[in-house]
Amino acid sequence: MKISTKAEAGTLESGDIHVEVESKEEPGVEVDLDSTVMKLYGRQITNVIKDTVKELGVDGGVLITATDKGALDCTVRARVKTAIYRACESKNYTW
Amino acid sequence: MAQKQRLRRTMMFIPGNNPGMMRDAHIYGSDSLMFDLEDSVSMAEKDAARELVYQALKTIDYGSTEIVVRINPLDTPYGRADVEAMVAAGAHVLRMPKTETAKDITDCEAVIEEMEKKYGRPVGDTLMMAAIEGALGVINAYQIATSSKRLIGIALGAEDFCANMKCQRTLSGAELQLARQTIVLAARAAGIDALDTVYSDVNNEEQLRYEAQLVKDLGFDGKSVINPRQIAPVHEVFAPTAKAIEKARKVVAAIKEAEARGSGVISLNGKMVDKPVAIRAQRVIELAIISGIISPEEV
Repeated sequence: MKISTKAEAGTLESGDIHVEVESKEEPGVEVDLDSTVMKLYGRQITNVIKDTVKELGVDGGVLITATDKGALDCTVRARVKTAIYRACESKNYTW
Repeated sequence: MAQKQRLRRTMMFIPGNNPGMMRDAHIYGSDSLMFDLEDSVSMAEKDAARELVYQALKTIDYGSTEIVVRINPLDTPYGRADVEAMVAAGAHVLRMPKTETAKDITDCEAVIEEMEKKYGRPVGDTLMMAAIEGALGVINAYQIATSSKRLIGIALGAEDFCANMKCQRTLSGAELQLARQTIVLAARAAGIDALDTVYSDVNNEEQLRYEAQLVKDLGFDGKSVINPRQIAPVHEVFAPTAKAIEKARKVVAAIKEAEARGSGVISLNGKMVDKPVAIRAQRVIELAIISGIISPEEV
């Protein structure tokens, strides 16, 4: 999949995470995270975001800007996946 | 695990795009949880809700609570994708909205079967329920109720029904009487559950109890709820009374005594106990145990 536009998913409500996805020139996944539980779970959330992007096989560099409000890992995965599919303008979901 | 026959006194709606509510939805004790991908989700968020419910079902342990997902109709751009994701996620039951004919069910069943094969679920493992939300659906209730072996129940959706009927919901429920009676008759004839519509004013417990008692008296198995506060009142209404439990205990004791004697004839106080009486008594005891009124050891 290739990112063709900037896209977002999720909300700023409690238990959710807002995720913005855009392409960047340098290869790799860069995560800019702000979280209400940064000290305890910042590293864990960043890892979940990076793993989800890698699993989706996105071509080129990816910049994720996320604002977390205490989301579970499954919510983080869901919001990142939705934002990536929207950014790639793809509907070929795999389950 | 999907179970065709089980207790369904309450089925709590969870909006499909609200992760905060999904996280702890099962701790309130509703018999079933119904994740909604349809009316509570805007068209722009259908993809996000589908993904969120999928990830939640794959990750969160909801214990013994039945997991139902209300999908979008197949004639929308979202219905087929909903079926695929929810079969892959292992949802116990898919709820079809706005069911009008038996063909609505068989069409959906064909897609479910296709997805069960694609994702390695045993064919027939995904159960279904049908929401009847219009005049045509009520008229076809029996055909709908008998259209698939996967069906666990049929439910009334009152708001859409009233819009279709050009009437308003009233406190007495007169506008829903025929629909409710038709649905419960069809469900009983088909051997599946009948589930009542939601009552949406969460601050009016008195009216909630009235509606729950009304549908219980008609023969319904349970009622949909939209807030954890509505669960306990509905469970209390559906719990058997002390008098009914005492009577049922005597009948069950008579059944056991007849079994011990090796006799097929059950008698209580000199009168023969008919099979329907015995079935009803056992149902009362089951409900009393599940409601926490008596323990299994007491029977």
